[in-house]
Amino acid sequence: MDWLNAIVQGTLLGGLYALFAAGLSLIFGVMRLVNIAHGDLIVLAAYLGLTVTSALGIHPLASLLLVVPAMALIGYGLQRGILNRTLGGDLLPPLLVTFGLSVILQNGLLEIYSADPQKMNAGLLETASVLVGGISLGILPLAMFAIAVAVIAGLQWMFYHTALGRAFRATSDNQAIAQLMGLNRAHVFGLAMALSLAVTGIAGVFLGIRTSFDPSMGGARLIFGFEAVIIGGLGNLWGTLAGGVVLGIAQAIGAQINPGWQLLAGHIAFLVLLAVRPKGLFPRMDG
Amino acid sequence: MPDPILAIAGLDAHYGDFQALYGLDLTVAPGEVIAIIGANGAGKTTLMRSISGLLRNQAEAIRYQGEPIGHLRADQIAARGIALVPEGRQLFPSLSVEENLIIGGQLGRRGPWSLEAIYALFPILEERRAVPSTALSGGQQQMVAIGRALMANPDLLLLDEISLGLAPVIIKTIYDALPGIVSSGMSAMLVEQDIGKALSMSQRVYCLQEGRVSLQGRSDQLSRAEIGRAYFGV
Repeated sequence: MDWLNAIVQGTLLGGLYALFAAGLSLIFGVMRLVNIAHGDLIVLAAYLGLTVTSALGIHPLASLLLVVPAMALIGYGLQRGILNRTLGGDLLPPLLVTFGLSVILQNGLLEIYSADPQKMNAGLLETASVLVGGISLGILPLAMFAIAVAVIAGLQWMFYHTALGRAFRATSDNQAIAQLMGLNRAHVFGLAMALSLAVTGIAGVFLGIRTSFDPSMGGARLIFGFEAVIIGGLGNLWGTLAGGVVLGIAQAIGAQINPGWQLLAGHIAFLVLLAVRPKGLFPRMDG
Repeated sequence: MPDPILAIAGLDAHYGDFQALYGLDLTVAPGEVIAIIGANGAGKTTLMRSISGLLRNQAEAIRYQGEPIGHLRADQIAARGIALVPEGRQLFPSLSVEENLIIGGQLGRRGPWSLEAIYALFPILEERRAVPSTALSGGQQQMVAIGRALMANPDLLLLDEISLGLAPVIIKTIYDALPGIVSSGMSAMLVEQDIGKALSMSQRVYCLQEGRVSLQGRSDQLSRAEIGRAYFGV
């Protein structure tokens, strides 16, 4: 029963990892940008949630109403102000710039919030649970998983059934020709980053409710996000969710064997999958 | 003669250090079809890229409907009503046939062209509307590329080598559709390797040679010998 429990809890944790990964996957898909600062932006969102929660005295989940739009605005501004200038034939400039951004974010957060671990208090919601078949399921992890699935489904729907999704796919295919269709590349990229950071906003607030956080923990979130994207297969959003779940289960099983093995087990699962299926579980069918 | 819809004066175009066009002058009247002919490397595609904004130029070198547009981005130029059918079709592989057409019309300019009108012009596209654009034959892809440009309801349609790499019977189908397209008052510029086709489809013709206009005139008045000299520069 302990093992089944570990798998179930790992699956639910995987939802959070899928949220870490979805934004990363989205911008890589649209503009081939690898955002090294993604993990630190998740932590930034957690701190924004903390500030909003304590300043207004509202529930952490209610802070999403402010954090998500704020992150989207930051994303649009960041893309139009800085990142668009780095995009071109070469993959290196955006890598370097987002790496620099990562350093700036970490140190900025350290300066403002100090290195003390912080946590958002979600009250009763944190301990409430339901008993299903002998396994105790936390309401909060269940809700996070449900929201992660809803976010992935929403992104998938947006990509394939809306004008915005069409613009994203067209720009991803061929930027010059998309421009001929009247799509301003700079604006489309700005919208993609806004959407990516909106998802990051949700991920950050959930992270801050689930665990304590400090300014230095972005790097590990970035790695989890990368691993989920790669396990699932690049450019496949449902694959990203599967990747997050695989990572979550591997970590939970590792922790079940030995509490010190949690992270190691996740990385090993990633390496094994990469060796066996270099293109991920669900590589993109077309192209 | 009415005011031209497009007036190019002294257009120089460069790719880095390489100069592709030298002081080019050209006009297109409203409703007129002009053909651009010339050997490979004469600057035909560069001219198309310059007009459509894929290659940025001096503002005043290209005037469209009386306003300088040479400095504008491609999306700004598209919004003013110039659509390009690019060389090599260049459809969006991630988009279905119908999505390729819809994205062509996403600026929402009004006019006679809609999905229904495109499907009436090329019925095969309606049959294959849901398949990825990469699943089509070359000729069908060219129909989508033309349809995609028409969906923008342009006032000026640029067609770059639309017969390239297609079977003669397909070329005929596509060119048979052209008079119907331009009869709605649209102006068109046609880049074409096949000189016979270029002359029969257009009212006036410009021949380019090494980035300069080597000959221009009415399509029905130029002799083959004149064109041959202007084409090859002998």
